[in-house]
Amino acid sequence: MNDPVDVLIIGAGASGAAVAWSLADTKMHILCLDQGGWMNSSDYPSTGRDWEAKFYGDWSTSPNIRGRPEDYPINDDNSPIKVVNFNGVGGSTVMYTAHWPRLHPSDFKVKTLDGVADDWPIDYDALTPFFEENDRMMGVSGLSGDPRSPLTHPPMPPQPLGLSGPLIGKAMNKLGWHWWPSDTTVATMDYEGRARCINLGHCTPACAQGAKASTDITYWPHAIRAGVELKTHCRVREILTNEHGMASGVVYYDKDGVEQFQPAEVVIIACNGVGTPRLLLNSVSGRFPNGLANSSGLVGKNLMFHPYAQIYGFVKEPTDSNRAPPTCLWSKEFYDTDLSRGFVRGYGIQFGRGAGPVFEAVASEQKGILPWGADHHRVFRKLNGHRLGVSAICEDLPEEHNRVTLDPVLKDSHGIPAPKIDYTISENSRKMMAHGLARGREILEAAGATDLCINDPIPWGGWHLLGTARMGTDPARSVVNEWGRSHDVKNLFIVDGSVFVTSGGVNPTSTIQAIALYVADQMKQRLANLFD
Amino acid sequence: MSVSNELTSAQRDDLRIVAAMIVPASDEYKVPGADDPAVQADMLATLGRDTALVAEALNHLARLAGKPLAELDPARRDAVAEEFRASGGAAAATLVRVVLQCYYRDDRVLRSLGLELRAPFPQGYTLEQGDWSLLDPVKAKPPNLRRAT
Repeated sequence: MNDPVDVLIIGAGASGAAVAWSLADTKMHILCLDQGGWMNSSDYPSTGRDWEAKFYGDWSTSPNIRGRPEDYPINDDNSPIKVVNFNGVGGSTVMYTAHWPRLHPSDFKVKTLDGVADDWPIDYDALTPFFEENDRMMGVSGLSGDPRSPLTHPPMPPQPLGLSGPLIGKAMNKLGWHWWPSDTTVATMDYEGRARCINLGHCTPACAQGAKASTDITYWPHAIRAGVELKTHCRVREILTNEHGMASGVVYYDKDGVEQFQPAEVVIIACNGVGTPRLLLNSVSGRFPNGLANSSGLVGKNLMFHPYAQIYGFVKEPTDSNRAPPTCLWSKEFYDTDLSRGFVRGYGIQFGRGAGPVFEAVASEQKGILPWGADHHRVFRKLNGHRLGVSAICEDLPEEHNRVTLDPVLKDSHGIPAPKIDYTISENSRKMMAHGLARGREILEAAGATDLCINDPIPWGGWHLLGTARMGTDPARSVVNEWGRSHDVKNLFIVDGSVFVTSGGVNPTSTIQAIALYVADQMKQRLANLFD
Repeated sequence: MSVSNELTSAQRDDLRIVAAMIVPASDEYKVPGADDPAVQADMLATLGRDTALVAEALNHLARLAGKPLAELDPARRDAVAEEFRASGGAAAATLVRVVLQCYYRDDRVLRSLGLELRAPFPQGYTLEQGDWSLLDPVKAKPPNLRRAT
């Protein structure tokens, strides 16, 4: 048996890294287990001429397509939105667009303001210092002063507008709608050992320059220097409990596939909104027959994705194509509830700068706007390097029938039952998506774009895995309390997107990490009576 | 057995024909077609995980054609291609993607498009700042962030 540790963290991604770093100053013995390994930037797609082709295989955003040894399969057949993620040290921060909005203050009070879903048990103000701390740690670029977003203080200037930004800005000004340079975790100057962005192209499948923040190059070096231990290629199968109903440790498979038991005084789960309920549901015992921390029956339920309604088109002017980070601007024009639109809540808009030639050819052929035959070349030259995109990131409200369960057949390479997703897009979300597409059409037409195409939803767009172990003060209606501790198991904490009560209409990673830092801070303040 | 040998000779012949139907050579743009030997060699060498679906697509194509594509007259070939695109599903999409991803990394094609013949890293690209004065009308509007209470 391994020596006991004070704190065991499962998962080395966005939230696991943040909580590890924050707790390191307690000088407790902290161990993190991750099912993947350290990344090697020399392997990243942009280092090779075949960089675009890799998106369709080894560097696909879908774990089911990618199929790396550290990936686990996900049965998402019963969902119009497929789960995308990345497994390894850094987690999905290795493979994301680096778009960095925060939830708005109003997002924490949706019941009070709009009469839907539930209010969060915490508010924006409680997270403010942790948003700021996280922005410094991750290294954020942006322009302070957005009149329709929470005030931020990015330590680096915003990305250049490039060729695409002004085309979008002019169109938005013509319509009189809000737009603003996005906060991003792309370093626009040398920052804390990271080199500045040199516009390698699409940032999503990892940044060979190291300009995009991922926790393997931001939090983890600091956490390890502070004494945190990180073991890679260790896949946790289940959390065990003792006769007092407390977590006693975890069973995992080490890099050689050998089953191990790791005892711990405190267990923190940071496995995302699919991996976390999967682990809890796999941790069945006589005392917890329906899975660990599941007396509410809500583990795995209320899954929220953010349906993306995307529309794109092609302008006469050249756009940035693959020669810039993919996103640079956002709009909050339609973020807040306006019931005259026919739905409650709202959506953020993120704009896309363009695409590379292979992606353009493949996508346009599939959409039927790039013909086979003699006219192929003329049309391709009209499309390639001229794309502008508009995506409405729609707030998904929690619904219990949208859920993660265990697949009765599908298993990962260690024989651990895989997650199964059952998800439908709600009527409210459908109306929101239609509204977003209509406004996107207006924007693109104002920019002079033609050959408009839509993805409704973006099918491989399940980046944001939220709500499946929600926080709350009522143990009957939530899985963890207002500072991330399980209602049922007093030494078990959850810090990832599972704890979201609602989803907001923006990318959630900034908020996920702020919550992880907040939970760590709460734990540090309560060390003397953490289990009371 | 090499990856290229996982397609039969007949399948490779049909792949070459259908690739040329997707992207024919062009004197106007001074580019080869996707049936060019170098492009075909790239496809066969890098099929990898796509081999099974591409083989499935080619088998479907062969069933629709009833004989080697090269032996069909142009009108019949176009009709088969139309049916293939409509009924081929994920396998057909994979075949088309394989053709396009190899074609659009060929040096001659990239040169014709005015693109540089290199990986993005380590040189990267230069991004112009753009006209920041466009943001002035947005800045001029009063703050409008919904309150939480």
